[in-house]
Amino acid sequence: MLDFEPFVLTLKLSLITTVLLFIIGVPIAYWLAYSSRRVKVLVEALVALPIVLPPSVLGFYLLLAFSPQNAFGEWLDRHMDIQLVFTFPGLVVASLLYSLPFMVQPIQSGFQQLPRALMEASYTLGKGRMATLLRVLLPNVRMSIVTGCILAFAHTIGEFGVVLMVGGNIPGETRVASIAIYDEVEAMNYEAAGIYSAILLIFSFVVLATVYLINFNQRTKVELR
Amino acid sequence: MIEMQVRRKLHGADGDFQLNVNVNIAAGELVALYGPTGSGKSSILRMLAGLMRPDEGVISVGGEPWFDHKKNLDIPPQRRDVGMVFQEYSLFPNMTVRGNLEFALNKGGDRDMVEELLDVIELRGLQDRRPVLLSGGQKQRVALARALVRKPRLLLLDEPLSALDFQMRARLQEYIIACHQRMNLTTILVTHDYPEVMKLAKRILVLSGGSVEYDGPPETFLSRMGRNRPLLR
Repeated sequence: MLDFEPFVLTLKLSLITTVLLFIIGVPIAYWLAYSSRRVKVLVEALVALPIVLPPSVLGFYLLLAFSPQNAFGEWLDRHMDIQLVFTFPGLVVASLLYSLPFMVQPIQSGFQQLPRALMEASYTLGKGRMATLLRVLLPNVRMSIVTGCILAFAHTIGEFGVVLMVGGNIPGETRVASIAIYDEVEAMNYEAAGIYSAILLIFSFVVLATVYLINFNQRTKVELR
Repeated sequence: MIEMQVRRKLHGADGDFQLNVNVNIAAGELVALYGPTGSGKSSILRMLAGLMRPDEGVISVGGEPWFDHKKNLDIPPQRRDVGMVFQEYSLFPNMTVRGNLEFALNKGGDRDMVEELLDVIELRGLQDRRPVLLSGGQKQRVALARALVRKPRLLLLDEPLSALDFQMRARLQEYIIACHQRMNLTTILVTHDYPEVMKLAKRILVLSGGSVEYDGPPETFLSRMGRNRPLLR
């Protein structure tokens, strides 16, 4: 009987990561889109790092940071009673960093494509930054938000290196689908690995096709105007 | 009513230049700001609206200081009591025509004003439409109505008609005159269309090289320019 626990864990991790990333990503995207400070290019580069960095590099540093032998890990352990190495919360933190650009970049470019006059009109109509963000900007970049959420979700499902470094392979805790595939192959259990892989493949394809379909519909709508 | 003495460095197509403006505008006036593209007309409106910060100077409206460089005072656009219509359509695409107007209401604002404007600017038939489904002229009528919902003291029009065809322009000009008179507004209109100036304004400020080159009735400016110089464009 095939064990579906890794998929449940993967979906749980991706869902939590996506929700948290939305909350973290919108303010970062807003700041990157509208700030005129020079320091923002550094933040932009930092946010984009996970795209080019081997996941093992990110995983290595996170492992060091989370380890109770080091200052940050020890502080978390002693004062907060939080252990992040080989635990599910540790995976969530790692996934947040790993998938951050996939949430931030679409929303940022959505903001940048909106005419600046929308924001300025809202200001001259007496609305502050928060009201303008919630009632004018966000509703008009909703396609970018959908894209960001789907990409962050899909990217988290596909992560492997970071999870392996930070989470290891603990069933029910950190053994997500990609790890389970690797594990089954190591154990020469090709049938299970094949089924797991096929499920991930189809799922990822459907997710990406959905994103492109949304963008396609949006573009045709714009052209009709 | 408006006292404006400001300086600001601007980036124009022919390089940087210094905008140096010193004007007084009385309550109830409809003044046209005229000049070639990139002469700083829009910047003056944006500084009045609080969307652009002058390098130095003072702006006060009705005796109330809005900007004072020396006192480091810069009232944000939200508290400046202006209505502004932008050159590019700035309607909120996610709201209907009525929604755009109601967005402008403050808490406990005057809902009757929305109804009145829907009638005066003849938008009632379009009130449930989204901006995507409106023509250019209709969009700018909505933008004009929306700018007036809060009953501003100052109406700032930044080339609102430049993207419209001749007939649409004529109609919108009627609306502008009607609203200006009916609501007792002080209005500043940025334009580079001279017939429009002649039709709407009794006073014209001509900008050139970053400062006001002429200030007076539009007819006099025209005769003064005579045949010696082509009309500014």
